[in-house]
Amino acid sequence: MPFIPHTEQEIRSMLDTIGVDSINQLFDEIPEELTRFSLDAVPEGMPEMDVANLMAQRAQQDAGAYSFIGAGAYDHHIPAAVWQIATRGEFYSAYTPYQAEASQGTLQLLYEFQSMMTELMAMDASNASLYDGASALGEAILMAVRATRKSKSRKILLPKTLHPAYRATANAIVKNQNIELIELPYDAGTGRVDMAALASYEGEDITAMVINQPNFFGVIEDSDALVNWAEANNALTIGVVNPLAMSILNPPGEWGEKGVDICCGEGQPLGIPLSSGGPYYGFLTCRQAYVRQMPGRIIGRTVDLDGKTGFSLTLQAREQHIRRSKATSNICTNQGLMVTASTIHMAMLGAEGLARAAAASHAKQADLEKALSEIDGVEVIFDSPFYNESVVRLPMPVSELINQVAEHNVLAGFDLSEHYPELGNALLVCSTEKQTEQAVAALLDAMQQVITQHTNSSAG
Amino acid sequence: MLIFEMSSAGRRAQAQSPAQMAALDDSPAGLLRKQTHKLPEVSEMQVVRHDTQLSQKNFSIDTNFYPLGSCTMKYNPRACNSLSMLPGLADRHPYAPESHSQGFMACMYDLQEMLKEVTGMKAVSLTPMAGAQGEFAGVAMIRAYHDQNKDTARTEILVPDAAHGTNPASAVMCGYKVKEIPTDAEGDLDVDKLREAVGPQTAGIMLTNSSTLGVFERRIQEIAAIVHEAGGLLYYDGANLNAILGKVRPGDMGFDVIHMNLHKTFSTPHGGGGPGAGPVGVSERLKPFLPIPMVTHEEGKYRWLTEKDCPQTIGRLSAFAGNAGILLRAYIYARLLGREGMTRVAEFSTLNANYMLKKMQEAGFVAAFAKRRATHEFIITLKRQAKELDVNAMDFAKRLLDYGVHAPTTYFPLLIPECFLIEPTESEAVDALDGFIEAMQKIQLEAEENPELVKSAPHTMPVRRLDDVRAARELDIRYTCNIN
Amino acid sequence: MSNIPDDLMYTDSHEWVRDEGDNTATIGITDHAQDLLGDLVYVEMPDVGDNLDAGAEAGVLESVKAASDYYSPLSGEVIEVNEDLNDSPETINEQPYDAGWLYKIRMTDAGELDNLLNAEGYAAVVEADDH
Repeated sequence: MPFIPHTEQEIRSMLDTIGVDSINQLFDEIPEELTRFSLDAVPEGMPEMDVANLMAQRAQQDAGAYSFIGAGAYDHHIPAAVWQIATRGEFYSAYTPYQAEASQGTLQLLYEFQSMMTELMAMDASNASLYDGASALGEAILMAVRATRKSKSRKILLPKTLHPAYRATANAIVKNQNIELIELPYDAGTGRVDMAALASYEGEDITAMVINQPNFFGVIEDSDALVNWAEANNALTIGVVNPLAMSILNPPGEWGEKGVDICCGEGQPLGIPLSSGGPYYGFLTCRQAYVRQMPGRIIGRTVDLDGKTGFSLTLQAREQHIRRSKATSNICTNQGLMVTASTIHMAMLGAEGLARAAAASHAKQADLEKALSEIDGVEVIFDSPFYNESVVRLPMPVSELINQVAEHNVLAGFDLSEHYPELGNALLVCSTEKQTEQAVAALLDAMQQVITQHTNSSAG
Repeated sequence: MLIFEMSSAGRRAQAQSPAQMAALDDSPAGLLRKQTHKLPEVSEMQVVRHDTQLSQKNFSIDTNFYPLGSCTMKYNPRACNSLSMLPGLADRHPYAPESHSQGFMACMYDLQEMLKEVTGMKAVSLTPMAGAQGEFAGVAMIRAYHDQNKDTARTEILVPDAAHGTNPASAVMCGYKVKEIPTDAEGDLDVDKLREAVGPQTAGIMLTNSSTLGVFERRIQEIAAIVHEAGGLLYYDGANLNAILGKVRPGDMGFDVIHMNLHKTFSTPHGGGGPGAGPVGVSERLKPFLPIPMVTHEEGKYRWLTEKDCPQTIGRLSAFAGNAGILLRAYIYARLLGREGMTRVAEFSTLNANYMLKKMQEAGFVAAFAKRRATHEFIITLKRQAKELDVNAMDFAKRLLDYGVHAPTTYFPLLIPECFLIEPTESEAVDALDGFIEAMQKIQLEAEENPELVKSAPHTMPVRRLDDVRAARELDIRYTCNIN
Repeated sequence: MSNIPDDLMYTDSHEWVRDEGDNTATIGITDHAQDLLGDLVYVEMPDVGDNLDAGAEAGVLESVKAASDYYSPLSGEVIEVNEDLNDSPETINEQPYDAGWLYKIRMTDAGELDNLLNAEGYAAVVEADDH
């Protein structure tokens, strides 16, 4: 049997030691009637060679298209060394560092991660990651509700320009805890949070406001104005950001007069492959005053019996395995392996490397946006600064265009019309520094063809 | 030394970023970063050397015997990693259209079906990203079910006093109060106390079976009947599925909702603390509430089930479809094992645990439940050593590190004082098990003859015992760069 | 053998009370409690001005291995908290009955003092706990 090393002789000898005749006897405490079933729907095992063939076939089925999809997951360059090191057995198959002396590799790495994230976000403290950006937002909201000293309303302002899946996830996490998520509309011309609508909440007891940068449309918000409003209104601020974008954009710790209280987001752009949406990791940073309210694992630097520097899990008393029903969260794991890779990635690229990758992503999108607007019937919707994504309006239904362009082996972007019907036939298109000229040519070509065909058939 | 401390201004990994810095003059200056942040300024080789050296400071399954109870530290097959990272899978965007996703979706669909079958449940959702998230989903579904029946008086979730901390934490996150039910001296849930505790306020009970005490909950059918009769539902915590995989099925035991820990039972990597995957399975009556998305198969094609198909879903738990890459690794593992392989898992993990239990007892160690069969794990208590020699479980654990073995789980479950929860898994050959017993015997001797050696262990690790109190009092959780 | 001063009153959840005579009381946790918790790393205290009911949660004591709630033995308004504990939580371990006091309260019902245990009564609680 695969991965079970026992020989017949060893089995005999072990059963003798135990004092039973068969392995089955070891299950004699289990009511017999519960053991009668067959697993017909589970196929027979296969040698590695055959599984490799199967997986190669399946991978091949989905491979080879040029992709312009962003919408929360971005295809950036990852140095070859990153995953070669991250999948070393000592990192890959290590457990949570509960025995700190036997886990100094992982622990130091996580400490370096915490240090890098605080630098990137210009915040005071970071945890060692949460499951993903969307659930990190849910946790950040719970944290704000716990931490606030000035508000009792448990009302949270959430912009409509935030990723729909993030809003849905936040809702799933907080809905059973009497927290109200209030949607903030956006301005149809700029694609930014509507400041007039925000003003209508002035004077109301708001616990926290979420600020997304860049927002789901790729638009860069006026983060200073938003933070200043929240400050004036005694609301805590929760930033939700693309961490790679923060290498060239103003980071949340420097928004407004005093920066945000809590900042979270999705770490995927920093060294994590697309991998169908996971595993990724969520990061969470905050002001020093709120450190004890942060959920998830935190690594601290300390000394050993000889005064030598070492690292260990700290502030564990807040966590589920000790605090149980009064824990800050039920969270047990972090995304250890992903954070390991991301830390190696950030060290490898450095501030300059990350900034270049982000700037190139923006520059390529600027060029692409221009080229797209030159296709008849395609218009760029929002008149605002953007990072690496833009929204274009099409002269035909988005899903049709996406499916037909896909037949040319090009994936045109993300269909916004389902979640934002008010935008009409809106497509969210993305560029990263990896994008090639051939890919762009293929996209423009395919779109032109599909649109022309559509225009002709409607006209006829 | 931290990677930051190796910096030299201007040093970079030249090959890893675009040759030029693109101009950003189309963006308003007010939105751009004013100060560069300080990440390390090091060469590519420095990063490789630093992080490789760090890895060498870790214990791991690949390097050490790791009998951590309740964690199931079995071998992580290398093929699971390399095959799930094939191009086509590793670079598939979560929002790729279904026309370009059939290969991936086939793997997800197959996995859903296999997990359904092996647990005896009626439907599975793969999206929860960890066991705790699976628990949250499970309890949320119980709540959705009662809410739908307008059964709003059900405000309590019952948990055994031996339960893992995530159980009560998850229940509270869903707005429930928690009531604990005691365990009896034989390690079974106290059924009489359970009977007293159920009523119209009972939303459900959360159980692990085999339990956190390393024994099978023998009266599970009775327990299920009592809770169901009171109108509550049964939740199965799948942390110990490795003990029963292929032998008993939670669905057959009467559970309405279960979560599985793929990073335990299906050998996905522990990665230094994650990522995990916590798929949930349900009985018929909870099907409408499953978290989305899921994969269905219609007219020869795979399709995503979304909010439209599942209007009563408890919702999304993540931005995309859960920890897809981890699900792929579990799928590959399941294909390598197959039907018979899965049955062998429970058999050999149980064989190994019972063998170790017997040998530990012969060596003079005290089992917490000496009269019971071990499941895939068992508990020994070192309270006699703590009392008579002033050498406790933590000391033994630290000294084991010097013998090249990662300590078993210590101080969990909370009910057994000075305990070791030992789970060898089916991957280990008898030599590794014998080696562990020998090490424990040697440490026992050391505890009697030279206790200081054990109490100040470990001696051969990169660091000696760490000052946890200082770590919490003088909080140092980031390196501060001197910005010039 | 834990220290239980005669001139204080106690609860069975291990808080002590000193009646200051002017309708206020000083409250802390006992020697037995600090011993069980281990080295304290952080103390969460109520805010000045908070109104507490007898038996309600007043705050949290965090050590490396546990985070325990503590409860108010009396009803009343919090008039002072021990700010020193923010920087030196270990004071509670070192001097639980003196410098390690937690907060002071203005009682709304002095009759509640009758519900508390005396030193002997509390000693019995500790004795039962030790088994």
